Amino acid sequence: MPSEHWTHPEPGDGPAAVAAQPSPEQVIAGLRATSEGGAELTQLLTPEGERISSPRFDRYVDDIDAEALKGLYRDMVLVRRADREANAMQRQGQLGIWVPLLGQEAAQIGSGRALRKGDMAFPSYREHGVAYTRGVDLKEVLGIFRCTDHSGWDYKAHGFHPYTIVIGNQVLNAAGYAMGQKFEGKVGDDDSEATICYFGDGATSQGDVHEGFVWAAVYDAPLVFFCQNNQWAISEPTERQSRLPLYQRARGYGFPGIRVDGNDVLACLAVSRWALEECRHGNGPVLIEAFTYRMDAHTTTDDPTRYRLSDELEEWKLKDPIERVRAYLARGGGADQAFFDQVQADSDAFAAELRDYCFNMPEPPPDRIFSNVYAESTPMLDAQREEYLSYLDGFVGAGEH
Amino acid sequence: MADLQKLTIGKAINLGLRRAMEEDPKVLIMGEDVGKLGGVFRITDGLQKDFGEQRVLDTPLAESGIIGTAVGLAVRGFRPVCEIQFEGFIFPGFDQISSQVAKLHYRTQGKIKMPIVIRVPFGGGIGAVEHHSESPESLFAHIPGLKVVSVSNAVDAYWGIQQAIKSDDPILFFEPKKLYHSGAMKSEVDTEATPDELFKSRVVREGTTATVVAYGPSVKVALDAAAAAEDEGKSLEVIDLRTLSPLDLEPVFESVRKTGRLIALSEAPSESSLTSEIAARVQQECFYSLEAPVLRVTGFDTPYPPAKLEEHYLPDLDRVLHTVDRSLAW
Repeated sequence: MPSEHWTHPEPGDGPAAVAAQPSPEQVIAGLRATSEGGAELTQLLTPEGERISSPRFDRYVDDIDAEALKGLYRDMVLVRRADREANAMQRQGQLGIWVPLLGQEAAQIGSGRALRKGDMAFPSYREHGVAYTRGVDLKEVLGIFRCTDHSGWDYKAHGFHPYTIVIGNQVLNAAGYAMGQKFEGKVGDDDSEATICYFGDGATSQGDVHEGFVWAAVYDAPLVFFCQNNQWAISEPTERQSRLPLYQRARGYGFPGIRVDGNDVLACLAVSRWALEECRHGNGPVLIEAFTYRMDAHTTTDDPTRYRLSDELEEWKLKDPIERVRAYLARGGGADQAFFDQVQADSDAFAAELRDYCFNMPEPPPDRIFSNVYAESTPMLDAQREEYLSYLDGFVGAGEH
Repeated sequence: MADLQKLTIGKAINLGLRRAMEEDPKVLIMGEDVGKLGGVFRITDGLQKDFGEQRVLDTPLAESGIIGTAVGLAVRGFRPVCEIQFEGFIFPGFDQISSQVAKLHYRTQGKIKMPIVIRVPFGGGIGAVEHHSESPESLFAHIPGLKVVSVSNAVDAYWGIQQAIKSDDPILFFEPKKLYHSGAMKSEVDTEATPDELFKSRVVREGTTATVVAYGPSVKVALDAAAAAEDEGKSLEVIDLRTLSPLDLEPVFESVRKTGRLIALSEAPSESSLTSEIAARVQQECFYSLEAPVLRVTGFDTPYPPAKLEEHYLPDLDRVLHTVDRSLAW
């Protein structure tokens, strides 16, 4: 970090100004990947797999007994296995690109499992784990990356909006949707609903995210902003996005911000449930910063060895979201080897099914290009479609395929 | 039973919005100052008072926010009508318009509809500072998934805004701000009539010497030019395009086949614009009918100039007549 990017107090600013300014090193220490997330980090399960008590959040996971935790473990193993399979398929040329979620399973499964049927989730493009919790068939997600489709699932049935590739756009869309829930009176009673919106640390530099914060705040929208701070926006580190830990930004907009251990599925579940409850009660938005780490590349086109040190990755491997649950379950006797073997077998089968589907995925017919551009098509577009299809018809029987 | 009211364009839009809100509780109006103030042009005057703050939203000041939240509201089942104060301020919202509003229907193969109307006061001639007089409509007409219309009179304004709101497609609704309150442009609106189709252009004055095609504020210029030309013994046919995307050029083709000459008129810069598209399509469809090349009368390919120069920049009656003469001299 070049020093000229930091503003130092001038001598004339007085002692208060000097005291208020953290040193660059202090700021970086609060932001960088290799930090522990700071004293404010909410955690219920340590990296070593020890359950620690939180007077504030324990009650949100009272119902998570060994069986339920095994379910969360299974979710995480399955989505990681699917993720690794998809990554491999991209390397084999079967997918145009893949966006790995490796390392972010707890953030996605924990928050996703906190949602109710009537809630709506607005993902960015890495939320395969959240998609899975919403009952979206990952085969349909795969279609995006095999480039046969832009979004295959029924957003309404699953409560899961299409992926959004343009960074930060979905935050405003989610704010609008949550405003709609509020306008329809879907807050403050048993029938209440909420919206959750996913974005990354890089997105927090986008104007749309800032505007989303403003809109949700002034309209008291039932919206949980779920920022997965995975430390890197492609090659740009968090300190290139902010001088302040991201969760602290919420204060400036007038709603609560909280930093949770994004590799702790139990904490992510508890904090998300709390935040959603705040929304359902009509208390307006909440920002959650899930402090986590992208253990793989940004996408398969990326080469993280150019911009980050392997030490960093090694350190985060010790905080693996899956291993800590496994350790907890194994130590406490909640699960035996047969369970772990079964989950492994299930995940292998899941991956094989994905692979099989991917290799045989039907390609869309050419007329798909023209379909659904408009709710009511236009004469010009209809003419274009007709002309092109008739042009293609000209090849039939001419030895062309 | 005809219910005739003599209205300005501004009042016609106001009444059209009111009627749309009465008919469908899902219609929302959102934008900067649209509530208590009634909008900077007072087009939404009185609506918040009658429909409440939850249906006429005075929003925070950010265009991407207005459009982006309208997207979410539309996903939820509302029909948002966004007001952009001036066309020059639409660009912070351009990302949401082009990336989400225009594409969500396509991206989801029709599962998500975007019944959003974005009202844009546009055009010059009001002596304003910069960013208040531009004509960016071609930029939006170029984006698949959007529909773009521009009204030139009170009848179309009244019906057009209601039809746009009823449409399940997203529509950019370009309003000629210079003519909002023009007494000269008042016309009788039959509020019980069966309106014309929204996406159709229309011959507004018949003629035989040459055709002038225009839209929005330029229609008045074209009609004024036609009246002046008549004194010189020339008969101009004037077509109001009304719909900019999809372009309805059949009436233009038909007219050109009759007159053999076309002048495309617009305040926007000429390069890569709607007038370019019209010229290209007319030469393709009417090549053997043309007695002269399609000529254009437009703003210049410059940023909008300081308003003290706008009388030079904006196409006026004399530039149209001069161009008609050039066409006839071919």
